[in-house]
Amino acid sequence: MRELSFAEALNEALREEMRRDDSVIIFGEDVAKPGGVYKVTKGLLEEFGPERVRDTPISEAAIVGAAVGAALMGLRPVAEIMYMDFLTIGLDQLVTHAAKARFMSGGQVKLPMVVRCQYSLGRVHGSQHSQFFPSWFLQAPGLKVVLPGTPRDAKGLLKSAIRDDNPVLFVESGVLYHRMKGPVPEEEYLVPLGKADVKRRGDDVTVVAVSRTVREALAAAEKLEEEGVSVEVVDLMTIQPMDKEAIVESVKKTNRLVIADDSVKTGGISAEVAAMVVEEAFDYLDAPPVRVNSPTLPVPFSPPLEREYMVDSEKIADAVRRLVK
Amino acid sequence: MRLCMSIEVVGEVPVSSYGELGLGHDILVGMLRDMLLIRRFEERVERLFLEGKLIGPSHLYLGQEAVAVGVMRAIRRDDPVVSTYRGHGHALARGVPPRAVMAELFGKAAGTCKGVGGSMHVAMSVEHNIPMATAIVGSGIPIGAGIGLALKYRGEDRIAVVFFGDGAANTGAFAEGLNLAAAWKLPVLFICENNQYSEFTPIRSVFAGESIAARASAYGLKTFQAFGNDVITVYKTAKIASEHVRGGGGPAFIEFQTYRMKGHGVYDTAWYRPKEEVEEWMKREPISLFTSKLKQAGVIDDGKLREIEEEIKEIIDEAVEEAEKSPYLPFQELYNLVYVEG
Repeated sequence: MRELSFAEALNEALREEMRRDDSVIIFGEDVAKPGGVYKVTKGLLEEFGPERVRDTPISEAAIVGAAVGAALMGLRPVAEIMYMDFLTIGLDQLVTHAAKARFMSGGQVKLPMVVRCQYSLGRVHGSQHSQFFPSWFLQAPGLKVVLPGTPRDAKGLLKSAIRDDNPVLFVESGVLYHRMKGPVPEEEYLVPLGKADVKRRGDDVTVVAVSRTVREALAAAEKLEEEGVSVEVVDLMTIQPMDKEAIVESVKKTNRLVIADDSVKTGGISAEVAAMVVEEAFDYLDAPPVRVNSPTLPVPFSPPLEREYMVDSEKIADAVRRLVK
Repeated sequence: MRLCMSIEVVGEVPVSSYGELGLGHDILVGMLRDMLLIRRFEERVERLFLEGKLIGPSHLYLGQEAVAVGVMRAIRRDDPVVSTYRGHGHALARGVPPRAVMAELFGKAAGTCKGVGGSMHVAMSVEHNIPMATAIVGSGIPIGAGIGLALKYRGEDRIAVVFFGDGAANTGAFAEGLNLAAAWKLPVLFICENNQYSEFTPIRSVFAGESIAARASAYGLKTFQAFGNDVITVYKTAKIASEHVRGGGGPAFIEFQTYRMKGHGVYDTAWYRPKEEVEEWMKREPISLFTSKLKQAGVIDDGKLREIEEEIKEIIDEAVEEAEKSPYLPFQELYNLVYVEG
């Protein structure tokens, strides 16, 4: 199968959905003529024209708010927020409007919109350009929150997100854009929202991962296989709504759980997964779940400090080793 | 140095000019009736709160009736409107049935939002082209820009109409939303109801610069200022502004000077307002102002007025009665309102 980079796969998803449906429009900072600072929207202006691909001012509240308004009128806007950090400026629109509009209107409206953003942890961008906080949105029912970990999933999930009638926050790992290539089918396919994916079968320990840590978990599983430990890797892909069944099913088989994600440990995605498993499958656990996260600190700039701050395959492998000892 | 700000000030329309605006007697009486409906509805709502029959936050539209009625008459019924947490008047002026509005205030399933939204979102009625009523000051402005973007993209001749108060002028959403609408020449009419108070604080004490209108003008919007307590002046201004927008001239902005008759919310006595100021504004409150003009023009008399009042009383009595006895939404139904399934 041909291989595409993460960014190329996303670009293809946008291109295909825009060809398929003229209600799909794109706007964000530098997405049109520059093709996106990370080239995810490259060539879209040329193909679809300035009415469908728009450069916005540096106004995140207006970007997300305009997506809300356009979606209320039946368009399928895909708004890009350049860095996840900048999303905080548009949070009122995302959390208090997009996520609530359907509910508080008694089900009258729907908002088929996608807000794409990327987090740059691993690219030495410092405290204000590296944040990863998707777990905040676990407190915002009404939003779907999607985090692809491979180029194939990135394409299939983004296509599904665009076709979904609910507001979707689509969080990409910027460090993977051009550094990760993977097989992407040439024929049309979708990856469903709300479903986890078992990326590797195993019997001894379940490692639940999401976004950038999926690759780290798979690398850890390779290493551990050489050591005689069989690891199952479950990629969450959507954290809201979360595929509880897939996680619980895996834990019932392996009886041991490690959760690895780029959140800081306190209140992160892993915390929710651990709590859910303890609640729903306590009797199947042979040991307490183990979380592998960033420490509860802001992201440091200094390259070696940032590396130490981040979850990697070695940290995940160590957690698994402790569990099976 | 010359100030280049261009703000069009629309003067109060004399009774003798009503005909020129194409406003026949039926329309004029209809406008007064709509204003009275809002006035009596809100007075009843206030009473229901003070009696303890209604609870929660509620922001009355008393004193601003001319703005909602004048604007709604000037725009088209299919123009999407963005309302606010002070939205009872917007809903009623748009023709949302009073019984649906009242049921929502009671939190009943027969309400516009099935009782899930409450007073602050009661105006949301897709059927009446009000797809959003926001309870966050200023937030409707970027949303209105997005609605305008969709209308422009689809090549429609409808325009988005966004209501907000003076407090919104100090938010980031105001700056971002107006700039986006102007930069992209979106078909949006922004209506600022300057009722002089941002919650409990006089706008003048937290606002520097010439005026709210001047800010809008600086962002490049076609900008108007007018007296918001005179319904025909409101109508005329909104008509000119909406024609500018509909004609492809880009977004327009109107600052209407008006005045809250009561506090910010239903429990606020507005003790912080100077007595003289209140008295001055009460001399120019919209309903007595318009009634006396219509009487002077011979459009209406006391008999007709009584007839209207009786009709309205009946409508409101029925709305309250129905709302009181109608059922709540079963809790389980809430789970069906979070996501669109499938």
